[in-house]
Amino acid sequence: MRDHLGRPLVAVTGIGAVTSLGFGVAESWSRLLAGQSGIRRITRFPTDHLRTTIAGCVDLPEEHGEPFTSPVRVEHMAAFVIEEAISEAGIGGKGGFPGPLFVGMPPVEVEWPARFDLARKGHDPSYAAMTATAAGRHDIYETYLYGGVGERLAARFGTRGAPISLTTACATGASAIQLGVEAIQRGEADACIALGADGSVHAEALIRFSLLSALSTRNDAPEKASRPFEKSRDGFVMAEGAAALVLENYDTAKARGARIIGLVSGAGERADNFHRTRSNPDGRAIVGAMKNALADAGLEPGEISYVNGHGTGTPENDKMENFGMRAVFGENAPPISSNKSMIGHTLSAAGALEAAFSLLAIRDQRLPPTINHDEPDPSVTLDVVPNVARDATVRHVLSNSFGFGGQNVCLVLSAEPT
Amino acid sequence: MTRQDVVITGIGLVTALGEGPEAHWDALSAGTAPVVDNGTYAPWPVHPLPPLTLDRQIPKKGDQRQMEPWQRLGTYAAGLAIDDANARGLVEDMHLIVAAGGGERDLALDEQVNAELAEANDGARLNEMLATGLRPTLFLAQLSNLLAGNISIVHGVTGSSRTFMGEESAAADALRIAHARLAEGRGGIALVGGAMTAQRWDLLLLYRGEDGLWQGPHKPLSEREQPGMILGGMAGFLVLETAGHARARGARVLARLDGVASNAARRGAPGEAAASARSLLPRVAPDGVDAVISGATGTPGAWEEEQAFLREVAAPVRRPGSLIGHGVEGAFPAHVALAALALHRGGFYAPMDPADAPMDPEDAPGRILVTGFGQWRGEALAALSRPDSV
Repeated sequence: MRDHLGRPLVAVTGIGAVTSLGFGVAESWSRLLAGQSGIRRITRFPTDHLRTTIAGCVDLPEEHGEPFTSPVRVEHMAAFVIEEAISEAGIGGKGGFPGPLFVGMPPVEVEWPARFDLARKGHDPSYAAMTATAAGRHDIYETYLYGGVGERLAARFGTRGAPISLTTACATGASAIQLGVEAIQRGEADACIALGADGSVHAEALIRFSLLSALSTRNDAPEKASRPFEKSRDGFVMAEGAAALVLENYDTAKARGARIIGLVSGAGERADNFHRTRSNPDGRAIVGAMKNALADAGLEPGEISYVNGHGTGTPENDKMENFGMRAVFGENAPPISSNKSMIGHTLSAAGALEAAFSLLAIRDQRLPPTINHDEPDPSVTLDVVPNVARDATVRHVLSNSFGFGGQNVCLVLSAEPT
Repeated sequence: MTRQDVVITGIGLVTALGEGPEAHWDALSAGTAPVVDNGTYAPWPVHPLPPLTLDRQIPKKGDQRQMEPWQRLGTYAAGLAIDDANARGLVEDMHLIVAAGGGERDLALDEQVNAELAEANDGARLNEMLATGLRPTLFLAQLSNLLAGNISIVHGVTGSSRTFMGEESAAADALRIAHARLAEGRGGIALVGGAMTAQRWDLLLLYRGEDGLWQGPHKPLSEREQPGMILGGMAGFLVLETAGHARARGARVLARLDGVASNAARRGAPGEAAASARSLLPRVAPDGVDAVISGATGTPGAWEEEQAFLREVAAPVRRPGSLIGHGVEGAFPAHVALAALALHRGGFYAPMDPADAPMDPEDAPGRILVTGFGQWRGEALAALSRPDSV
């Protein structure tokens, strides 16, 4: 089957997910529908002197002793969700996936344990001495190389061609899916894996976001801290997680008898040139991204049943998202809810996790709630599915992702054509 | 879907040899000596960046202050490419793909923390030192996608924005995807490229781990007794357009970008990377090429594999790495820019390395192959043709 632009339809045949609510799609999704929070006090490292001491951490069962560094955590979570997604899709042989890999992940850099180790071994804290001491440290090189995580995942799952690792800040997961969709639409592949993963909860990252005044400091009530669209929201809550989708050409997926979970029927993007961390008050870029996604899917605004919002819980984002929604949908805006109220802001993983949950909303005809909605913000006039999940007729979902650096990507997820 | 031809209409090029097409054509067609700093990071030489008049491309001091040298370099070179393509009026719908590493760390703070805490295992004190020592703006200057973000802010490029990570491969795939999207009609114009600054200890430390850095005074690639990289600060940005888009606005066409292909051999055994590149060649240049610009990095393994591949291609080779060093994310687009420049000027470059065979200056190549053999993984090829054959 072809879409309104003559392109092959892109089906989703497998989903994998890990969040602070649990390992696997079933546990994360059921707890999201139950309105539970995965936000907790951080125990992985000391939090003295930090303005924010809570997060949605994913502590891995295989993690003993020294906590994993960020790229190692990303790789472990990514491998878990790929495994789950491939297993559901039932595609390819072991270690032989028949298509390319798109890895949405955070930037990588050499971290403190490696620097301390080099400084200790060389008895000298300087970079010149650490560099001399780094001779033969293939472990440091391969761990912190930007292409390292993607290459190891590609080798493990036997994906085809060069893996593409990418970052578009908080839109990363959505961008990875978009790249996979495009590869299938242009006939480069009949199947691919697109994922977003983030494991960045460490002290330096928390401090960096705190210095930008982006994080909630509601440390005394972790599960109440993430309050998207609510009046007393005071920032987002950092979190970890990952999601992978197996994307397939709809026809070849049907031909092999695959079960179709849904479609990625459109993607739209628009960059903002206003400010490094804020949207242009005219909302042009986020409105443009939403409209581009609808146009790409060949849909009118009225055909969208539900919006899985970016909804970070920062005062700025939620106000702008409300504004953008009204500009696109007018008076009859569909309900919008934020998964981040429960699992926090999973950064590079958010776009992929929220696309996954959008597909599950279609599968189960049920909208996940926005929890912690105690007092409505008069400037947010949308139906945010407050506190409790709800049954709904869900055919097309718009999933929004807006990031630092003016990155705006929207996806449209749809039910299988009848 | 009808595939459209994709052409290069602008290049933004900065290396240790200077900035812009004139400086590079003049130096490299006549033959030149490398610009090297053997001392500052000894025993590891680097090719330093030339002085840049940042105000010309990043007019607001406030924007300059929000960046560190890596983002400034990339933003600067992106502006050069837009100017070279005479495309300032087209930025709103221009698509952007950047290949990026990360920005500079605060080295003084890192060394101070190291001095106090390397032996101490005191997480609480680490938090305190970072919370009081880190500058609030530094994070944004470190974020990989903020090179693209700054290009959007400073130059107004807002069609779309994507950032690929993964050393040399990221740059080759950025070009491959940008080419494929234009060819299938997703937009008419795109900006693609990458940048790297070599004068930074935090990168030297990383690459040192693989024992992949050449130690000692500068030598050309083929004369290094043991393979090893010499890093060179560089940026390469390209304005790509569909041939129809370029024609409609009367743009000057530098070259046609025939094709870009990439792969990643596991490199478990000798010959795998060479075979990987061999398999890509028919996809970009089924009729062969007249000359090659090699992406040789100098790293162990990759060097031998590429030599084996190049012997089969049997065309004159130029190895820019011997003169401008290895620019990681900046290398592939810079080399493609050099290929486009040669095709536009109707000539080729003087030998850059003792292994580069001389060529009759009158014998201008009509099709040039650009190779990329990543320092660790990744093989990529791009083929470009002379514009009059478009």
